[in-house]
Amino acid sequence: MATRIDVSGLTAYYGKFKAVSDIHFSIEPKSVTAFIGPSGCGKSTVLRTLNRMHEVLPAARVEGRVLLDGEDLYGPGVDPVNVRRAVGMVFQRPNPFPTMSIYDNVVAGLRLNGVRKKSLLDERVEESLRGANLWEEVKDRLGRPGAGLSGGQQQRLCIARAIAVEPQVLLMDEPCSALDPISTLAIEDLISKLKSSYTIVIVTHNMQQAARVSDTTAFFTLDRTGDPGRLVEMDRTEKIFSNPTEKRTEEYITGRFG
Amino acid sequence: MSSEPDGPRKGSSRNDTTVAAAKSASSSDGARVKPADALFKNLTRSAGLGLLALIAAIAAFLVLEATDALSANTGNFLTTTEWFPNGSPPVFGVAALLFGTLLTAVIAMVIAVPVAVGIALFITVYAPRRLATPLAFVVDLLAAVPSVIFGLWGLIVLVPRMEGVQKFLTDYFGWIPLFATDNGVVGRSIFVASVVLAIMILPIVAALSREVFLQVPTAHREAALALGATRWEMIRTAVLPYGRPGVISASMLGLGRAMGETIAVALVLPASFDISWQVLSPAGNTIAANVANGFAEANDVGRGALIASGLVLFVVTMIVNMIARAIIARRREFSGAAA
Repeated sequence: MATRIDVSGLTAYYGKFKAVSDIHFSIEPKSVTAFIGPSGCGKSTVLRTLNRMHEVLPAARVEGRVLLDGEDLYGPGVDPVNVRRAVGMVFQRPNPFPTMSIYDNVVAGLRLNGVRKKSLLDERVEESLRGANLWEEVKDRLGRPGAGLSGGQQQRLCIARAIAVEPQVLLMDEPCSALDPISTLAIEDLISKLKSSYTIVIVTHNMQQAARVSDTTAFFTLDRTGDPGRLVEMDRTEKIFSNPTEKRTEEYITGRFG
Repeated sequence: MSSEPDGPRKGSSRNDTTVAAAKSASSSDGARVKPADALFKNLTRSAGLGLLALIAAIAAFLVLEATDALSANTGNFLTTTEWFPNGSPPVFGVAALLFGTLLTAVIAMVIAVPVAVGIALFITVYAPRRLATPLAFVVDLLAAVPSVIFGLWGLIVLVPRMEGVQKFLTDYFGWIPLFATDNGVVGRSIFVASVVLAIMILPIVAALSREVFLQVPTAHREAALALGATRWEMIRTAVLPYGRPGVISASMLGLGRAMGETIAVALVLPASFDISWQVLSPAGNTIAANVANGFAEANDVGRGALIASGLVLFVVTMIVNMIARAIIARRREFSGAAA
């Protein structure tokens, strides 16, 4: 189920503005990769190119190749809808559907895939909520609105919604930035657990978080405001945080800029 | 609490009576209230109470004016279908008028709301920005045009061309009781009136629905897309449920307009007083159209009778709005307001 990702020559634009330029990297299956870097360096943009969510924004486009187990997401005839079914995503702010119950939120993706059988949906709701460490907290109120949960619970609900469709890759765009420390810890525990089944890519502003949860860390930066972001280096997380190859990386992680 | 520190100062420097009024208001509250806050609070409160008083005054006026005529009436006002308030003895009832009012308005809604929602969805979701901006502008502009203009267009351009459509409907769908005709087909019918009404309310419902769909947070639209929703599935999972209360409100506003529309309907309908579900037959009348047709030559009882019918329209409009509010409130906790 978990999948390898190979990115080569990736350049992303918003209209005429080049957000990131000529990115190359590879991600191993069943690993956690953290994207770190200062604001505006394009780490979220790169993340959103991995499930073709970048192009949802008006005038946004992508050049280069993103291979998922050798298959180019941007190849001719590839339907972005199918890409997004295989590559799940969790956003910066928890965004459960406000008009849906907890139950309906979890099965939203399955229903889009045409699953209608009640017993199967029930099974997947429990499975996904357990997978997201949320089942015990909500099992007695599955019919209540998802928006009524706390922020941390909502974010875990969104993770449950993303894993309910059994994606190959899970992308997380600063999933803890709107959460308190205890909820953050719950999500981090969850990431370590999900790693056994999914390839996970997480964007974070929190370097301790990157150090805690990831196996590999990629450091992005931009030279000046208005310049495209670029990938400075990507390596094992211990190495990035103890002995990075590039001077820029060292300056960033020791807090000298960014 | 005040986030506008210069508010009170401005108020006090402008004139002293304002300050005095505001001070007396704040002392009655006991707590320390800044004069401008108190003034604003009283202004908004009196505006709100004034609106309630106005509605009560309208209702009282309608009841008072109608009482004499209703006591002179020899028929049952609610169940009689005839309308001879100027005769002696006067006989009149609102049944046929109310039936026509509700039927035309409901058919107009059935035609207009899906089209309006479609227009709003096209502008907010499907159309490229280059097209969406001018389209939205045009729709807003049309919504601001007085509905009688569309009504006139409907009368002059549409009605003569509706005969063929009506013939088609009754020839091929005449087996549905609604589309059967006993009296043949001419231009004027409940159906044609409804189409004209639909055109009149279309822009306002479309413009309001567009505003509602614009409010759908990007986060919810992206959540649906990231789950692998197509654009239509995204609309179904994120946009429509979120916009539902707003679309209902917009529709009710349209329904209110349709029920209250006077001239266009008066010009289209043959003003007959019978209750018939045959929407293609040349028959039908509405409360508003009847007022327009009859007011000029009515005597005292006749005027009272028309005002009584107006009272019925007033009450029905209120009931319809309450039902709409109840529908919206029923799923309030799922509306996103809690988020």
